[in-house]
Amino acid sequence: MEHMGIEPGRLQFSWISSAESTKFVTVAAQVTEAVRALGPNTRFIKPLAEVA
Amino acid sequence: MTSTTEILRETAARLLSTGAVEMVIGFRQGTVPMMNEPCFVRKPAEAGLLVWDSHCGINLANYVTDRKEKKIGIVAKGCDSRNLVTHILENKIRREQLVVIGVPCRGMADKRKIAMKCPGEILRVHETETAITAEGEGFTRTFEKADVLQHNCSLCIHRNPVIHDELAGEPVEEQQGVDRYADVRAVEAMSPEQRWKYFEDLLAPCIRCYACRNACPLCYCPTCFVDESRPQWVGKGQDPVDVRTFHFLRAYHCAGRCTDCGACERACPVGINMRLFTKKLEKDCLELFGWEAGLSLEVRPALDHYRPNDPNDFIR
Repeated sequence: MEHMGIEPGRLQFSWISSAESTKFVTVAAQVTEAVRALGPNTRFIKPLAEVA
Repeated sequence: MTSTTEILRETAARLLSTGAVEMVIGFRQGTVPMMNEPCFVRKPAEAGLLVWDSHCGINLANYVTDRKEKKIGIVAKGCDSRNLVTHILENKIRREQLVVIGVPCRGMADKRKIAMKCPGEILRVHETETAITAEGEGFTRTFEKADVLQHNCSLCIHRNPVIHDELAGEPVEEQQGVDRYADVRAVEAMSPEQRWKYFEDLLAPCIRCYACRNACPLCYCPTCFVDESRPQWVGKGQDPVDVRTFHFLRAYHCAGRCTDCGACERACPVGINMRLFTKKLEKDCLELFGWEAGLSLEVRPALDHYRPNDPNDFIR
């Protein structure tokens, strides 16, 4: 995806066990922060057909 | 090259007449120059149809998927043989069903490169070991074969078949010191914005004919994801987002399997170099897993096999 032009950091992978609640919170916060820093996504957006 | 044709005809006739195979898949002369077509030979008398020259680019591994014959002879270049290995590993054909007639390959000619350098329609083409001559109404042009090779052939480092039961001709010398990934590195060096724009321009002419998918020996799903309508994974129109989604998903399906045979690029009616997607995956596979597709029947593919030292820095 990044090879194609998606900004590095917008796509993230993690492996969190259902028992690792604190890790989930930490990772979710980090991802949100990283993506917020990148701003709104402009790629892979398809306008919906306008229906009268 | 004529001699290869003769060896192929003789081999096919022998295999068919002794009952060693039920049919031989090879190439015959196409109806237009530089477009040899696949042909299924079932009788020894038909073996004379087979030809071999610089226009046998089509990947014949595409034609053995799920075939029921007990014994099939198949003509295979280096890349075809690697795709046959992939087919065997993926249980699309059994090794025992195949009699591989290997052909050491010196690369296939790019018909577009030749056509572009000729002033009119090409009516006849003939060739020697190193040169190809194209003739048409009022012109004759001769090209060094090395100048008109398909791009993937000029970068090929596996010209000799990796599996074969018969060999039509002496093994050729493999190319050494080829920089296979210069074009991928050029894209990697760009900024994300430049890359997005680059691929937008690359894919702009795509008409979604799916010729690249159909020509690809890896694409054998009974129903392709682009043809599904329940659920519909990707829009079927010309929207640039849908076109791009198709192309990168197609490439992903070839991850760790693509042999860079060039079938997709050759089949494209508008000349898109979609190999830039598959080559990136090929390069990553080589660098991260030391894996090149279709070289051995003994080793499981990179995506099919866990090793404790597999790179996983991208997961946090």
